[in-house]
Amino acid sequence: MSSPAPLGARLRGRHDRNLWFAVFVGPFVLGLLVFVYVPIVWSVVLSFFDARNTVTPTDFVGLGNYLDMLRDAAFRSSLLTFVVFAVFIVPTTFVVSLGLALMVHRTRFAQTFFRSVFFLPTACSYVVASLVWKLSIFNGVRFGLANTVLGWFGAEPVPWLSVTQPPWYWLVIVTARMWLQAGFYMILFLAGLQRIAPSLYEAAAIDGATGWKVLRYLTLPQLRATSTAVLLLLLINAFQAFDEFYNLLASDGQYPPYARPPLVYLYYAALGQGQDFGHGSAGAVLLTLLIALVALVQGRFLGLGRRED
Amino acid sequence: MAAVTGCGSNTGREGAGGNVSGDKPALSQWYHQYGEAGTQQAVERYAEEYPDATVSVQWSPGDYDKKTAAALLTDGGPDVFEYGNGPSIDMIKGGQVADLSDLLGDARSDFTPSLLERVTYQGKLYAIPQATDMQLLVYRKSLLQQAGVQPPQTVDELLAAAKKLTTDDVKGLFVGNDGGVGILGGPALWSAGADYLTQDGRFGFDTPAVAESLRKLRELFSSKALLLGAPTDWSDPSAFTQGLTAMQFTGLWTLPQIQKAFGDDFGVLPWPKLDASTGAPSVPVGAYSASVSTKSSNVDAAKKFVKWLWVDQTDKQLDWAQSYGFHIPARKSLAEKADKLKSGPAADAVRFVNEHGHAQTPLLWTPKSGTAYSDALNRIVKSGSDPATELKAVKAVVEAELKRIAG
Repeated sequence: MSSPAPLGARLRGRHDRNLWFAVFVGPFVLGLLVFVYVPIVWSVVLSFFDARNTVTPTDFVGLGNYLDMLRDAAFRSSLLTFVVFAVFIVPTTFVVSLGLALMVHRTRFAQTFFRSVFFLPTACSYVVASLVWKLSIFNGVRFGLANTVLGWFGAEPVPWLSVTQPPWYWLVIVTARMWLQAGFYMILFLAGLQRIAPSLYEAAAIDGATGWKVLRYLTLPQLRATSTAVLLLLLINAFQAFDEFYNLLASDGQYPPYARPPLVYLYYAALGQGQDFGHGSAGAVLLTLLIALVALVQGRFLGLGRRED
Repeated sequence: MAAVTGCGSNTGREGAGGNVSGDKPALSQWYHQYGEAGTQQAVERYAEEYPDATVSVQWSPGDYDKKTAAALLTDGGPDVFEYGNGPSIDMIKGGQVADLSDLLGDARSDFTPSLLERVTYQGKLYAIPQATDMQLLVYRKSLLQQAGVQPPQTVDELLAAAKKLTTDDVKGLFVGNDGGVGILGGPALWSAGADYLTQDGRFGFDTPAVAESLRKLRELFSSKALLLGAPTDWSDPSAFTQGLTAMQFTGLWTLPQIQKAFGDDFGVLPWPKLDASTGAPSVPVGAYSASVSTKSSNVDAAKKFVKWLWVDQTDKQLDWAQSYGFHIPARKSLAEKADKLKSGPAADAVRFVNEHGHAQTPLLWTPKSGTAYSDALNRIVKSGSDPATELKAVKAVVEAELKRIAG
């Protein structure tokens, strides 16, 4: 112990801990740098250049791309599409997943089975689910599942994804996403429910509280932190909606303007045949700022991260 | 990529093949996934037979256009690639594709002029057409006879026929699950005697006749005679061959499958003219065309290969167009030799290309212009927006794009 350890040994740390830390964490840090941080920085750089069909542009345009995107009616309408989508998907998924969690939590029979059944769709890919929705459940011909059911009641077949009046496509899009993600949020709520001390329910029962009152005055307030997190996640996920929109509605080389959320729009602007990386990147930066702003406002409003009293 | 040296002088084809030296350049050639069986094996065979380079074929399912456009930005992209209707104007202006003007030689006059024009910018040629494709209206003769309907010659007749042919189980017409937004944009213009751009390169369809033509598409969409939400889209003949629709706007390539299903019981038509006095019948014509990436490590070898396959090897071009699906060879002399195109509906289709063919979209019609028009069509056809107002908005976008390209 008298003489100082050689440099190599010190770098490796006691029991080679530092070495193993580097071995295990290094590849992921490297991956993160190469596949996440470098592209993000590069994208911000591109957003200040006229970058058509090149990722090494030379033509600096300052804030031009940003102004173009803000002036672009199609970009603004894509944000409106997102708002409509969020208004549909956030409350419905919230209520459905909370309902499922309460049901599964209370059931005494085959609880694990039901939990798995509701959680399983989470493992399905959005692309696959979209194709099932589009090709077998909600296709527009007589033998589609939904139209078969309608047919029993004598109704005409509905071309679900082809019409805008009435906008049935929302039903298809929202149900697909709800089926896919409700199970995940159910698990979050279940975890929250399991954290509530049984003694609280016993005390409430002694005070004579039953059914709805228990939910309203005990369960929901106790789930506040979970609910806040779920709402935030739902909203951010909705912002990132792409797969189901793209796979349900894109057809040969074109995409309808009425159901084009921001990511789909940016995909077409930057990665379509246009290859306009300048405008696409500017749109992506604007979208990121917007999501951050919404998250901050929502956090302030609902008290995310505030210490529970 | 292998070294390049020594190949410059090796222009002759050695016939025997086999014992070529080890310093042949390696080229990668990209195709999108064709639907017809045997096409992949065919292009791999062509590539193998090329004596002057080792050509590896990449066959891409899925979104080929976007994948290729992205790959062209990198060194990992293809040396030779096909692209629908040739490279885009921004690829050309961005210097991503090589000038192929010197490849055609004497054969230039043998290629269909409208196809060459579509891939020429400022006098330079940027792609070699591989085979001609077209879209046309197919109809079931027996169903029309039963309903007492003549093959329609105007849009109004088409509308009336579609309504008459619609029963509980069969719809009158199928133009894609989007109600024709994706494929009828061009025909709707030509039908009204207009075009995307004028001869001198300005916005071409700000006319009342075009507004009327688009209004007809809306009428068709809301007539309940249109098949919507079919499991397969317009480019596949299934909706027609399975009897879901009596008429369908589709591609020439589907004729073998239709023939198999119905024998002689079908006919073909161009998209009809607007009415007796306005416009003309039309068919959209396009071609997958071969281009060379300027990022290729051996542009010269890639150009030589393109010349070999799509200019010199006429028997392979004929095989490519004829042996798997129905395509029209891009060269007039070969189209005359194509036996399958000499009789029946296929012969009618070839006649339509010559009499009523229009390039699908002009070169200067950028993706942004395309999106503006297709958004407008969506709103007109599906939501009933006023065509005149929508056309004004499209015009503004297109004029800005034309200005950007010119600048």
